[in-house]
Amino acid sequence: MNLLTSDTVIKQQIIDQFEKHADELNKGSGSQINRFRKQALNDFNRLGIPTTKNENYRYTPVDRFLHGNYDLELLANPFRINLEDVFKCNIPELDTDVLLILNGFYYGSERQLNLPDGVIICSLNEASQRYPDIFNAHYSKYADTATDGLVAMNTLFARDGIFVYLPEDTELNRPLQIINLTYSFNNLRITRRNLVVAGKNAKAGIVICDHSLCEQSYHINSLSEICLGDHAHIDYARIQNENNLSAQINNVFVNQQANSHFNSHIITLHAGLSRNNFYVKLRDPYCECNLYGLFLCDGNQHVANYTLMNHDSPNCLSNQLFKGILDDEATGTFNGKIFVRQDAQKTRAYQRNNNILLSSSAKMNSKPHLEIYADDVKCSHGATTGQLDNEALFYMRTRGIGVNEARHLLMYAFANEIVSEISVDVLRERIIELIDKRLRGELSRCNNCDIHCIP
Amino acid sequence: MLEIKNLHASIEGKEILKGIDLHVKAGEIHAIMGPNGSGKSTLAAAIAGRDIVEITEGEIIYIGENLKDMNPEERARKGLFLGFQYPVEIPGVSIVNFMKTAINENRKFKGLEPISASEFLKLMNEKQELVGLHSKLTNRSVNEGFSGGEKKRNEIFQMAMLEPLLAILDETDSGLDIDAMKIVANGVNKLKRSDNATILITHYQRLLDFVIPDFVHVLYKGRIVKSSGKELALELEEKGYEWIEEEV
Ligand SMILES: Nc1ncnc2c1ncn2[C@@H]1O[C@H](COP(=O)(O)OP(=O)(O)O)[C@@H](O)[C@H]1O
Ligand SMILES: [Mg+2]
Repeated sequence: MNLLTSDTVIKQQIIDQFEKHADELNKGSGSQINRFRKQALNDFNRLGIPTTKNENYRYTPVDRFLHGNYDLELLANPFRINLEDVFKCNIPELDTDVLLILNGFYYGSERQLNLPDGVIICSLNEASQRYPDIFNAHYSKYADTATDGLVAMNTLFARDGIFVYLPEDTELNRPLQIINLTYSFNNLRITRRNLVVAGKNAKAGIVICDHSLCEQSYHINSLSEICLGDHAHIDYARIQNENNLSAQINNVFVNQQANSHFNSHIITLHAGLSRNNFYVKLRDPYCECNLYGLFLCDGNQHVANYTLMNHDSPNCLSNQLFKGILDDEATGTFNGKIFVRQDAQKTRAYQRNNNILLSSSAKMNSKPHLEIYADDVKCSHGATTGQLDNEALFYMRTRGIGVNEARHLLMYAFANEIVSEISVDVLRERIIELIDKRLRGELSRCNNCDIHCIP
Repeated sequence: MLEIKNLHASIEGKEILKGIDLHVKAGEIHAIMGPNGSGKSTLAAAIAGRDIVEITEGEIIYIGENLKDMNPEERARKGLFLGFQYPVEIPGVSIVNFMKTAINENRKFKGLEPISASEFLKLMNEKQELVGLHSKLTNRSVNEGFSGGEKKRNEIFQMAMLEPLLAILDETDSGLDIDAMKIVANGVNKLKRSDNATILITHYQRLLDFVIPDFVHVLYKGRIVKSSGKELALELEEKGYEWIEEEV
């Protein structure tokens, strides 16, 4: 298979796979999910898998990870896996409400959720049938299948995921923790689709953990649409810890109405390929959006963060800070764009990307990008890629601190700028521990959970 | 305690130190003076084990051991301390965390358990007081955004915490007003014992009003051109470095 045609071959494989299983897909899910497949198929057929010829994917060889034979997961839990048997976690530390997702399907709750009146948290498929009004008002409204072949692909195969609805003036008592688990005996293609709708003045913390429970190669196409009503506030934190044969494409579409506030932390500890795309639309005035990202990669891993921050309205504030530490042959990209429309006056939009390369063969491509059509704005962007500070290392060593410990302190300090912004105390401490372990090389992904972040 | 014999050292192929001999015994205070660029900091860096300083000839013996193949942390754990002329800023690493790590690394080397939280706190308070380092600073990142005086005080503070056998203070007095200098001098004097030694690198005589050295050496163009008692410092102050130039 030569390189020029491999992406068309992959595309055809995927279309064939869809056509072969279309009936099962449609039978398994609600009509409100099914009705988007036709358009998605057209768009996918036209767009295909993004290749490195696509400017936004120039340094992310998605196709390299997608070829080969992958089975589709069409049913919830076909092997009747009892998660309690394979997934044990015994340190009840995080005070959260836990939901499990297995291979893209809603598995249920670890314990009875105690939700405020009117709040709905359930399977996406279930929501499409039980709450069609809410569902139809938002599903596939923010994730445009015409933007990206991988978005089209998600909509094409969408079966299930999580649905969260917070009516006006509601607030979750404690953070919702969604644990995405992958467990398989064969190579899998997994699709996850989530929808979060926060009404006016609603407030929630959402923590997402991505785990592998197996050593199989798999490809996850995950997509979340998050809609914030006026004055709504969402804290979103995601910890990615997947096996190194995995590829994850994670698209997050955020739509913000007036005065809403969205914070996101995305921490990538392990993955074969991890690509996070954030599409944020600051639709109305006085919104605030903070996107933070931290990735630690080595071996042959590739981590890519892409952002598109659309300032559509005046008086909004956005911050983006992405940091990476790369070792061995690892590669990373940051591709961030701030787009300020002409009438989005008084916009404040900031973006920064800092990276540390620990080896001479690690590579980072950073492409900050501003497109500004308003004149009364404050915007800045900057990117640096360098090594650990030798002067600082020597200084520490003259105090008796060993070179490895000194390096660790520097890396840890570098990472901490991101982590210290996490507002949930227990989560922040947990992540600090994980990063500490990861930096010491003690955290390797395998098929048992040594993370203990789940009650 | 320290014996430097015919030390030649270069940085990036350029010879900076051109045959230095220096003997420091326990209980002594030595002052090294000399004009800018004469190689004082390079000498300090060579003793501390900085990799850009390449020793081409001669040797440094510290408490009976040749330092040639010893890395900087091991030298430090054996009691060597360098107070930097330009202390390095380390964003994101608090003084507390930095010192705790340093203390524990030193203890580990001696086969001791990590210091307990309360013991550490006590030690911090005691030494902060000794050098007049504001407790506000210890939660901040090492040297980040510190004034010149705060950075120098922080060096003395670290010295007090680590209680070295041989401390080399590289222009710890420069950029300080008289009060701050008294505090630095006071720190040095209080930490002086019969079993430790100090090398003060300075280019003014001022500090030597407060710390009385046993020996004064003049380093000039990579060589020690004059060594004498404390009166040499006064003479230098009066006649300036041109006098040395003429003498040489
Ligand atoms: N990092 C360095 N790279 C190249 N040359 C250096 C470096 N550090 C010092 N030098 C050179 O070494 C010589 C001595 O410098 P230094 O030891 O700092 O003198 P002093 O401390 O006496 O002022 C100077 O000529 C200086 O330019
Ligand atoms: Mg100097």
